[in-house]
Amino acid sequence: MTEAALTALDERARHAAHAANRWRFVHVVRRNYLVWRKLLGSALVGHLADPLIWLVGLGFGLGSLLPSVGGLSYMAFLGSGMLCYSAMNSASFEGLWSAFTRLKMQRTWESILQAPMTVTDVVVGEWVWAALKGTLSGVAILAVMAGLGLVKSLVALWVLPIVLLVGLTFAGLALIVTALAKAYDLFTYYFSLFIMPMMLVSGVFFPSEQLPKAVQYVAQALPLVHATALTRGLVVGAPLDNIPIHVGVLVIYSAGTVLIAARLVQRRLSK
Amino acid sequence: MLHVANLYKRYGALEVVRNLSFEVPAGQCFGLLGPNGAGKTTTLRCCLGHTKPDAGTIRLAGLPVPDQAREARVRVGVVPQFDTLDPDFTVTENLVVFGRYFGLSKRECLARVPKLLEFAGLADKAGSPIEALSGGMKRRLTLARAMVNDPDVLFLDEPTTGLDPQARHLVWDRLKALLNDGRTIILTTHFMDEAQRLCDRVAIVDHGALVTEDAPRALIEREIEPVVVEVYGEGIEEWFAQHAHAASSRAELAGDTAFCYCRDPEPLMKTLESKPELRALRRAANLEDVFLKLTGRDLRD
Repeated sequence: MTEAALTALDERARHAAHAANRWRFVHVVRRNYLVWRKLLGSALVGHLADPLIWLVGLGFGLGSLLPSVGGLSYMAFLGSGMLCYSAMNSASFEGLWSAFTRLKMQRTWESILQAPMTVTDVVVGEWVWAALKGTLSGVAILAVMAGLGLVKSLVALWVLPIVLLVGLTFAGLALIVTALAKAYDLFTYYFSLFIMPMMLVSGVFFPSEQLPKAVQYVAQALPLVHATALTRGLVVGAPLDNIPIHVGVLVIYSAGTVLIAARLVQRRLSK
Repeated sequence: MLHVANLYKRYGALEVVRNLSFEVPAGQCFGLLGPNGAGKTTTLRCCLGHTKPDAGTIRLAGLPVPDQAREARVRVGVVPQFDTLDPDFTVTENLVVFGRYFGLSKRECLARVPKLLEFAGLADKAGSPIEALSGGMKRRLTLARAMVNDPDVLFLDEPTTGLDPQARHLVWDRLKALLNDGRTIILTTHFMDEAQRLCDRVAIVDHGALVTEDAPRALIEREIEPVVVEVYGEGIEEWFAQHAHAASSRAELAGDTAFCYCRDPEPLMKTLESKPELRALRRAANLEDVFLKLTGRDLRD
């Protein structure tokens, strides 16, 4: 057989393997990672320094006035809430502004679809990437809390898969909004009218038990309160029950939102 | 290499593609010509599996589309109408990152980069950021990017729109080189000189339907008189009413210019001898004349 024929065979085999694998979305994750690495400085400041400043500022400032919140020092209470908040924020920003830039301004997704990639590959890649950024932000808070002596046991490491799940949840929600957006201003509405109010009723800064029952029921239907309950239990040892429910809600939100986002992006791009 | 049969696509009440059929054998350059809004881009999107047709069958590189569009695209390169280069990456990084989407390793991509850059005339730009490239360079890089998987078929959507003549000629030269390699090219354009220069066959589409299809030369011979005389100047209307129809087989007044299509231009030229205020340009008929005859002179916005 000629060398050319061998190369062609080899190529065919490789393409077949490529076609068979379910990991094509990793190319998208990797593309975003390479860009992120280039802009590391601003990325780290924006997503890590911000919540750290809040944590230390509010923690020391308010913490000195509040000796104990829900049986914890305020710093421990706030830190575990901040961990979720920070993961949520990072994943949301990436799934909204950054993803929309790639979708509409740079047409990055369209160019990826010229290759043997599918809309699902692209959406899953963006979803996982945004969740990883969320996880990174959460881990940074965890590290600071450990530095402040707030983390009492290695049980806290169980929070890692939970933070990833929080990232996947809010990345999925964000990608739905992105798929529907005509311009960036929709994201401001989403943040002001959904993320912010949810944050206030989900036990990030103060226990949600303070709130009227009706508000608590609404909060229970949203993902963030389940995330704060889990992290608070795992990281600083607050009482934790109903683990399957908390995890279940996050799993349902993650999987449900990414499926919807993929359908919506498919519809948008196939016009 | 590409078979399209009885393709239909509608958006709401608007039929964008109506019963379009054509076939592109391997190694040929096929041009899809039409005014803005004729359905060219939609047709390409259907062929690549990005848009689902309402009816019709498509086979690309031997595979049914859209069912196996992803697999078909393994053998396909695409130069889209709009620039989709990644502004966050350098020239080389753009090629490597794109190659990965085809399942190529970084090493394989890097091994292909020098040849691709040389092909695109960008050998000295390997490490440049995208924003440092001119419009022509970006187009050529997009073409190089479309070649990263060594495709059998290339789809080009208006490959030279917005380029200056130097840049256009360079792109044409590269496309001819690809055809000489035995690759198949499907392009859309509304530059008739581009189509005449590159295409073995062209299909003229209007309002989503095929108007005619043939080799550019054959179309010109079949559809139109061989000589065109363009006349303009003071008193053109009067001259047009008096002589144009009598002295040519077909004539039309568009704005301040009369277009007269003739087999023998001599009688027409004679009528102009006594009118020094009128200026005449005599030339061979080209594909643009055919295009305007078949799709009309009305603006399409």
